[in-house]
Amino acid sequence: MQQWADWALETARVRGATYADARVMDIRQRDLSTKNGQVATLAETESLGIGVRVIADGAWGFASTDRLTREGVQACAAQAVAIARASALAKRHDVVLAPEQPYVDAWQNPCIKDPFRISLERQLDLLLAADKEMRSVAGVTLTEASMHFRRIEQLFASSMGSRIHQVKMQSGAGIVATSFAEDEIQKRSYPTSFGGQHTLEGYELIERLDLVGHARRLAEEAVALHKAPQCPEGVGTILLDSSQLGLQIHESIGHPIELDRVLGMEANFAGMSFLTLEKLHTLRYASEIVNVVADARLEHGPGLGTFGYDDEGVPAQCTDIIKGGLFTGYLSNRETAAAIGESRSNGTMRAESWNRLPIIRMTNISLHPGTWSLDDLIADTDDGIYMETNRSWSIDDRRYHFQFSTEIGWEIKGGKKVRMLKNPSYSGITTEFWNGCDAICSREHWTLWGTPNCGKGQPMQSMGTGHGAAPARFRKVKIGAAFAK
Amino acid sequence: MSPAKKPLRPAPSARRGESTGRKAAGLLSPAELGRIAERIFNYSEADETEVLIDVTCDALTRFANNTIHQNVAEHTLAISVRTVFDGRTARATTNKTDEDSLRRVVAASAALARSQPRDPDLLPMPGPQSYTKVKRFFESTARVTPKDRARAIAAVVEKAARDAQTAAGIYSTGAMQSAIANTKGLFASYEQTRAEFSVTMLEANSSGWAKSNAADVAAIDPGALAARAAEKAAASRAPRELEPGHYTVVLEPGAALDLVGQLFYDFAATAVRDQRSCLNERLGQQVMGENITLWDDAYHPLQLGAPFDGEGLPRQKVLLVERGVPRNLVYARTTAKKMNTKPTGHGIPLPNEWGEAPVNLVFEGGTASLEQMIASTDRGILVTRLWYIREVDPYEKVMTGMTRDATFLIEGGRVVGGIRNFRFNQSVLEMLAHVELLGPAVRSSGEEAFEMVVPAMKVRDFHFTEVTKF
Repeated sequence: MQQWADWALETARVRGATYADARVMDIRQRDLSTKNGQVATLAETESLGIGVRVIADGAWGFASTDRLTREGVQACAAQAVAIARASALAKRHDVVLAPEQPYVDAWQNPCIKDPFRISLERQLDLLLAADKEMRSVAGVTLTEASMHFRRIEQLFASSMGSRIHQVKMQSGAGIVATSFAEDEIQKRSYPTSFGGQHTLEGYELIERLDLVGHARRLAEEAVALHKAPQCPEGVGTILLDSSQLGLQIHESIGHPIELDRVLGMEANFAGMSFLTLEKLHTLRYASEIVNVVADARLEHGPGLGTFGYDDEGVPAQCTDIIKGGLFTGYLSNRETAAAIGESRSNGTMRAESWNRLPIIRMTNISLHPGTWSLDDLIADTDDGIYMETNRSWSIDDRRYHFQFSTEIGWEIKGGKKVRMLKNPSYSGITTEFWNGCDAICSREHWTLWGTPNCGKGQPMQSMGTGHGAAPARFRKVKIGAAFAK
Repeated sequence: MSPAKKPLRPAPSARRGESTGRKAAGLLSPAELGRIAERIFNYSEADETEVLIDVTCDALTRFANNTIHQNVAEHTLAISVRTVFDGRTARATTNKTDEDSLRRVVAASAALARSQPRDPDLLPMPGPQSYTKVKRFFESTARVTPKDRARAIAAVVEKAARDAQTAAGIYSTGAMQSAIANTKGLFASYEQTRAEFSVTMLEANSSGWAKSNAADVAAIDPGALAARAAEKAAASRAPRELEPGHYTVVLEPGAALDLVGQLFYDFAATAVRDQRSCLNERLGQQVMGENITLWDDAYHPLQLGAPFDGEGLPRQKVLLVERGVPRNLVYARTTAKKMNTKPTGHGIPLPNEWGEAPVNLVFEGGTASLEQMIASTDRGILVTRLWYIREVDPYEKVMTGMTRDATFLIEGGRVVGGIRNFRFNQSVLEMLAHVELLGPAVRSSGEEAFEMVVPAMKVRDFHFTEVTKF
């Protein structure tokens, strides 16, 4: 890897680049899935290549290749410089980067059980056992189970002298039971929807999830939803489980704090942000009990936003995003930090693969736990709905107006969960919603969820992000608009 | 067991020499593709072996704040091997082309395949097929340089700056190639170029958007697209807030695409078998208006994509909806056998849980112009673009999402000004039962669905449920 990076940096220098970095990535992935008791997907993928990012004539260029000969790497670096010079034909000012130190370091996340060393038979047996449990419930019409593993080894080298080697091991799994009956499709997912839980861990995550142990309950709930009453419309109190709250954080806090959005760089596709610069340290984003951080450090947990260094060589950091309800920080890179007068990037640049340009991505955007037990919180709620497991999500292109629906709801009356509700949904304006938060559950209810498929950028990149959350209560929320006639 | 390897049938174009444009774009000749496949076959001891080869050579120049801020290029080669051992199959993929890596990818595929129970539904690989030729590779597009894109963008952003607007967008060009070969003697290859320009023009409290995508860069006019986006941004200044509710809407082709495009997987026979399609128990019923007819047609002159599917079967033109009645589904080979019918050439590379999908949707259009749709509307909403569309109710096919980048109020048959963006919760089936007018079908490009041939639509009783702050 080092040799390829050195060829790239030397060629960029000779061609006139004033800054260059090279990122070699070697990615291995395994995907397994079962459907209705049969193996559905069984695939492994490996991909190795180099991406070269340069500044020449004061403008950016990036090129990537999987031709890892000396000739191929040098041609790629030369192409990056030529592209940068073309960029300069339509530049308004030279690129300026916030200062950063060079680092020579190695980092890897803890991994107790290498999932690629666990036999395929054992992995498939687990999925098929969970599938069988779900299919044992009458009324279930479709069962799905999946596991995904990804090992990323990468070397980052820059013209500033950084040489950073990192290895990340990522695991994920989930199960889904679907029931079609009476003109209605209902489904339940565990541990959460759209692929399950994903973390920066080894096979120990899969064992901890106990997919088989949750399969029957899940299937029974999917069938029972058909006979449950419809979630009512109105304005009221909702409690969100930690996985749904994780996605709420992702969409209504994580994306609007991306500084590239704020500065208009994503205006054509992903959109912009309501968090314009004058709102920093002035906007009452949320109620006083809400504290949110962007934390990429390992001590925060094995999230999909955990790393040693970002993809422009900046060390992992923890940044206060919301402190006591006040908006206090953006996600930045070296260029945008300089643009708003910050002294340093807070380290959020990541690329999906070697053939993609690093862009600002959420790290682990997490809500600090509060003090409530979930039982006490329900007992303290006179009239509300507890909503679990995301079913759909949508938010406008400035991250103001959102609508979510969940797979299942539970009506709370007089401090007790009294009955199941189907088709729950809620909607609102981001800051109004977060200012309505009046209770957050404690650390023992807190989970660091992984969102493995956050899309952003052009060409589109998919990235894993982390979101720590415990169940929380929100007042005066609009409920049921998604299903209003 | 190791069956005798059948020699590959050389692709006809391999004998005609290499295209210089193809080489400039970083693509391989059919002969080179065939040699890679032969190497794989020689390493394999499987009962049957299939190779997919995908080559991508893409470049994208991105601009925002009236300057180029990202500018990228990539070359990728993926070699994907599927082996079959006694009714068991699996896939392994690599981008490494040295001998050791090719041996390893074959071994990985074999190890995966042998690790699982036998699949009683797995069919033998198909033999040689005949394909209809399509021409979707344009040398002039393959030869577009970073400077060509930068110059076009410079003209757009300079005009935006003069007009006190801010431009953001992309200009992308590239070439791709895919090939499939198997040890039964099947060989197919396909190549295409692609050019795309998308632009958003921003003002203080408004924005406008336009986008176009084609195989031939000559069909893309960045200046005209930028002018349309600029006009929309200017016309939607100081948007007013309207009450949500049921409105007549005029959906421009990009907006119509992003909604109707959500239906594509519902036409997969596997989705119906799995009872997760909105067409489950609705085939043959009048669920849309009589003015809705929909085909899947890979050979339509405005379509892109290979004329063969993930197993190498030729794609067939399929009538999906006839005058509002869903008539047919698309079938992979395995699904067709299970449902006692014939495959249609829409299979996804095996193994997978999805079966098949139509990816070349073509709506039959009408004759109404956008101006006629507006002129015939007493009170309604003109929608340029939709955003963040997600499924709320899979069986009623209720989708939610937002309007974006220039939404207008129509009163008395004319556009009277911009409005704040709405959230909708709307059944796509119900919407297609409420279409009052259709424009000519065009190659349409949005962000929420892949490109299709779709007309502008005037639709009554479209359900906007909430409004946002801008």
